[in-house]
Amino acid sequence: MSKRKHNLVGYLFALPWFIGFSVFLAYPLAASIYFSFCDYSVLKKPVFIGLDNYRELFADEVFWITVKNTAIYAAISLPAGMVMALGLAMLLNAKVPGTTFFRTVFFLPSLVPMVSLAVLWLWILNGEHGILNEVLRMVGIQGPNWLGDPAWSKPALVVLGVWGVGNAVLIYLAGLQDVPTSLVEAAELDGASPWQKTRHVTIPMISPVILFNLIMGIIGTLQVFTVPYVMFPGGSPARSTYFYAMYLFDNAFLYNKMGYASAMGWIMFLAIFALTMLSLKLTEKHVHYGGGGTA
Amino acid sequence: MKRRNLLAVLSIEAVLVAMSVLFLFPLLWLVSTALKPIEETMRIPPVWIPSKLMWSNFADAMTYGADKLGYIPFLVYARNTLILCVLVVAGTVASNTLVAYSFARLKWKGRDAMFAATLATMMVPFPVLMVPTFALFRQLEWIGTFRPLWVPAWFGSAFSIFLLRQFFRTIPFELSEAAKIDGASEWRVFRDVVLPLCKPAIAVVALFSFMGTWNDFLGPLIYLLDQKTFTLALGLQFYQSQHGGTQWNLLMAASTIVVAPVIVLFFFTQRLFIQGIALTGLK
Repeated sequence: MSKRKHNLVGYLFALPWFIGFSVFLAYPLAASIYFSFCDYSVLKKPVFIGLDNYRELFADEVFWITVKNTAIYAAISLPAGMVMALGLAMLLNAKVPGTTFFRTVFFLPSLVPMVSLAVLWLWILNGEHGILNEVLRMVGIQGPNWLGDPAWSKPALVVLGVWGVGNAVLIYLAGLQDVPTSLVEAAELDGASPWQKTRHVTIPMISPVILFNLIMGIIGTLQVFTVPYVMFPGGSPARSTYFYAMYLFDNAFLYNKMGYASAMGWIMFLAIFALTMLSLKLTEKHVHYGGGGTA
Repeated sequence: MKRRNLLAVLSIEAVLVAMSVLFLFPLLWLVSTALKPIEETMRIPPVWIPSKLMWSNFADAMTYGADKLGYIPFLVYARNTLILCVLVVAGTVASNTLVAYSFARLKWKGRDAMFAATLATMMVPFPVLMVPTFALFRQLEWIGTFRPLWVPAWFGSAFSIFLLRQFFRTIPFELSEAAKIDGASEWRVFRDVVLPLCKPAIAVVALFSFMGTWNDFLGPLIYLLDQKTFTLALGLQFYQSQHGGTQWNLLMAASTIVVAPVIVLFFFTQRLFIQGIALTGLK
């Protein structure tokens, strides 16, 4: 077969993606840059206004509230989720009886569709009849007003997030199972304690998986939308759960400020990009790829 | 030494059991509430197990508001969701197997650059694309129809391409060569040699796209206007915002209806599922 024919066959097989990539990715990406410099509601044509959207955003009080809320939420929920997921994965990897059962149990909540998840926790955290506070009362603790107190609405969302870490648990577990037993045994022979084994053998060996989960976590957390949207209409109470993606959505579809929303989208993209690069950079010295020594 | 090991095993077991209780409890509470008579949902101390199993709650949840104007039976949402799931899964499998085959097993100019670009797009957050995509579908007069929610699935997605490509590459190239020497066209090699060997990976991609569609909330929220076209996720949110805070047993019953199929599907495909998720973590 000639080289040209090779090329042609390759292009034909990849054709759906050439179309999909251009129409549903490249075009919207380029268009959203342009829209972010425009005064644009879907009803009329975009009018170029330069950097005005960005200027307006940086002076927009609500924008900063949502940035702050998202940052605080990410700063609590990311570490909480990672510690929980890694901890559970390590317990599962200890290979005690019943591991398959426990693995299923930890994974099940992450299957629950977001809206069901939100509705279920509205009930569990309910101020009057919520079961969580009932249980807390049984052990003598006066539970907070999870849904109505601005100080507790974000922790409520963190609890939900930690409940849904099953996906990450499975990814960690797969990573842990790839750690060569010979390494762990060698450390044991050298008299390493369980903590030392974890700290100096297991964690370094699965560091690429940790990094992967961290980056996925950042991307997911900064876009948090569905659960707070359903649980806390309008970011209530006192806008304490008004997150970045919710304000972006409201600008686009509630206030019809599509250019403004596009500018917010690009700031989010840049933030995700910067944080990803930062995580890669900061962990560079601590992430070990395989045994070959090449990254 | 031996005794200490037993102690370690027992303490790990104890922690696992305790965590399992915490992880299972919300789901059990969901089902328990869904099966309760209304007065038992609000009792203090709480009623753990309903005195009488109210299976009728499910029927009531599905026909809630039947006496009101503009009533939409919950089953309509289920039907809409299933239609979308079928269209999306079919499109995802059809398009991504082709594209991944091209990236994994065919040589063409620009392939590696295109693949790198494909991987890079996985980082692009949906909100960036949201406005222009909406504008595009509006131009096509697709807003309010199912089309924005399933047509793109027929044109590939970066994640599925990546997953399938990794798997396609593990099939020995000698198999393709042998078939070609026997006179098979590229299409025949794809359909009769490689695809049959890649069933597990295809099943994983199908499963994930089904789950993604079943769970999707933002997409339907943006593109669907008429309540008659709502999906389960959107319908449940609508239900909650309309009647929430009153009939918790019915709301939990409705929620169970949305959760149950996913859990059942998981139990039937557990092994596949777990392999698939492990795969996503290994770059």
